[in-house]
Amino acid sequence: MSEKLSSILLKNGRLIDAGQHLDGNFDIFLLNGKVAEVAPNLEVTADQVIDLNGLWVLPGAIDLHVHLREPGFEYKETILSGARAAVAGGFTSIACMANTNPINDSAAVTRFILEQARVAPAKVLPIAAISQGMLGEVLVEMGDLAAAGAVAFSDDGKTVPNSKLLRHALEYASLFEKPLFCHCQDNALFADGVIHEGIISAAHGLAGIPTLAEEIDIARTIMLAEYLQVPVHICHLSTRGGVELVKAAKARGVKVTAEATPHHLFLDERAVVDLEYREPLDENLKPAMLCYNTNTKMSPPLRAAEDVAVLREALAAGIIDAIATDHAPHEATEKAVEYGLAPFGVVGLETALSLALRLVQEGVLTPLQVAARMSCEPAAILGLKDRGSLAPGMAADLMIVDPEREWAVDPDKFYSLARNTPFAGWHLKGRVIKTIVDGEIVFSLYGYK
Amino acid sequence: MGFNRKDLLGTRDLSVVEIRSLLESAESFKEIAERPLKKVPALRGKTVVNLFFEPSTRTRTSFEIAAKRLSADAVNMSASTSSVVKGESLIDTVENIQAMAPDIVVIRHGYVGAAHLVAGRIGASVVNAGDGANEHPTQALLDLLTIAEHKKLEPGLTVAIIGDIAHSRVARSNIWALITLGITVRVCAPPTMLPRGLENIAGIQVCRRPEEALAGADVVMMLRIQLERQDRLLFPSIRDYARIFGLNRRRLDLACPDAIVMHPGPMNRGVEITSEVADGERAVILNQVSNGVALRMAVLFMLGGQGT
Repeated sequence: MSEKLSSILLKNGRLIDAGQHLDGNFDIFLLNGKVAEVAPNLEVTADQVIDLNGLWVLPGAIDLHVHLREPGFEYKETILSGARAAVAGGFTSIACMANTNPINDSAAVTRFILEQARVAPAKVLPIAAISQGMLGEVLVEMGDLAAAGAVAFSDDGKTVPNSKLLRHALEYASLFEKPLFCHCQDNALFADGVIHEGIISAAHGLAGIPTLAEEIDIARTIMLAEYLQVPVHICHLSTRGGVELVKAAKARGVKVTAEATPHHLFLDERAVVDLEYREPLDENLKPAMLCYNTNTKMSPPLRAAEDVAVLREALAAGIIDAIATDHAPHEATEKAVEYGLAPFGVVGLETALSLALRLVQEGVLTPLQVAARMSCEPAAILGLKDRGSLAPGMAADLMIVDPEREWAVDPDKFYSLARNTPFAGWHLKGRVIKTIVDGEIVFSLYGYK
Repeated sequence: MGFNRKDLLGTRDLSVVEIRSLLESAESFKEIAERPLKKVPALRGKTVVNLFFEPSTRTRTSFEIAAKRLSADAVNMSASTSSVVKGESLIDTVENIQAMAPDIVVIRHGYVGAAHLVAGRIGASVVNAGDGANEHPTQALLDLLTIAEHKKLEPGLTVAIIGDIAHSRVARSNIWALITLGITVRVCAPPTMLPRGLENIAGIQVCRRPEEALAGADVVMMLRIQLERQDRLLFPSIRDYARIFGLNRRRLDLACPDAIVMHPGPMNRGVEITSEVADGERAVILNQVSNGVALRMAVLFMLGGQGT
């Protein structure tokens, strides 16, 4: 790779780059895997010239929260298949959670993941567990893991119920300047909950997961970070109360950041009993089961309509820093069971960018804010200094987007091994047509003219 | 024919016409129980599979008797004898049953939506005999049939449902059917067994105390309290529950003088209802059981008899 002397000139594109506060027509010259020059009307010789004719160029998206399932659950997803799904969705870097088998709680597993990722088209960033075996008892060897390449620590899916352990994790991780990603959940209040505790759970007899289960733990996590004056990142905010806690903490100067997922930004509890409640789905692609479809089951659950509205406001206002997918692949038969028995989680890598563009179309975000929430801010949270922007000197990680391209979500066409999306049959406008990582084209939309 | 569905999965989306036609049909089947030869040939040659993933005595027996009185062949499968214990998925189990070409599958299952999952996968008609805490439509319809023997099923009637609302499919199916008919529904439960969000559903009056729910009620439905819930911190003791929420003679006096008392069974005597009330002249609990057979005959007939 290092000896490769390739260059690409992207001409006549609309560059949307929050890192440089640029939104306008710029040519971009990529040389040796990095951005060499950004200017209007660049006159340089390149191995390859691509005339974008007004298409959009955004820094490659960075997903703070994916599950790649390897090692251990390769039938759900592999590092390679997950990375292919990522670049098809415009993601050039993906941070993968530690709940594999074995759990990523040792440098050996981290190194294995990075080794597998060498042939992957996207940059894979392993997140190590906080506690050994994710049991919430003993800290992982954070120093060793950080040295091996772990970018953050998280017991995602499980919380760290022991506040003393969480305190020490926050303190110890700060030594290596690695953030903790906290899946906030009070396990006793969560109990055997299946969907949001609200009007749908009441009406259908499904066990409810109260907003309180999330908010109590967000409050605890923020209090610890504030007391210790260390950064902390809150995974997948889903509730109004959670947003208020983060907002107030930020106002007090607490170093807290937060993410939200596309599904929490688009769907509410009603989807559990009618996947078509929001808009008509493509007749050929919509699922047979619109009620109790297990692709509406995830943790945290789809909340109430007012929570969705608050999340959207918070995303626009920057209280929520990042859009992260919580891409959670499951095999089809695992989801083809009774609602209460189905595993939590949905995939998101291949729909997130188009859904973010839908937020632009619905007047929630500007294009520049999409670039900020999907690239610039995630890079800052992970401390990735060579990514998140296309300023000269940065890695040539980017996506080319056709904002007018219309498509319907067809899970059978996913690069991911899994099909568990709640967005099957959605009509979306705007799609990634090319993805470039380190100056190399790693994805081109099939059949694009 | 006001009921033309493939399946009966719940009362939630039944129309007034559908409910009334099922009740009318059930009315006509009541008389068969009084014949010396309790059998009609309506479903001769049809196969009804009772697929029960949860223990049940009366509902399964009721469906079985209903099917047999219609001359259908009724087969019972229960989870303990089925391949479920071997780890087979629900879909695989029912697709195997479907391969044996039944006409109607009656399913009871501990998880919400199980009947819906099955109905979407097989060609046979599916009757939901209880899915988790969601729906138990034939119970609600037989309750309506029983109420109709004493009261007019129309707006102006007040029904009080008292007990563990959160975990009760009987309560939910009754609530939806009663709301559809324009009947006033009061629900009352300990706050730990009253699902949050219920108060936002149009047509439901939530009462804090049983006295409030009972005042002037025409129909009183007591729900079974599942004693194992005590382990899950939902109530401190059976004694406390019986004291505050149990139906006794004194509390029943708050209802209309001609109020009827119902219970879906099985009863915990001395807990949610005293024996004095359960065996009293206003109790219609055994009528519910009798009507259950007639109602289930109507349901099976409407689902399975369309091709004949």
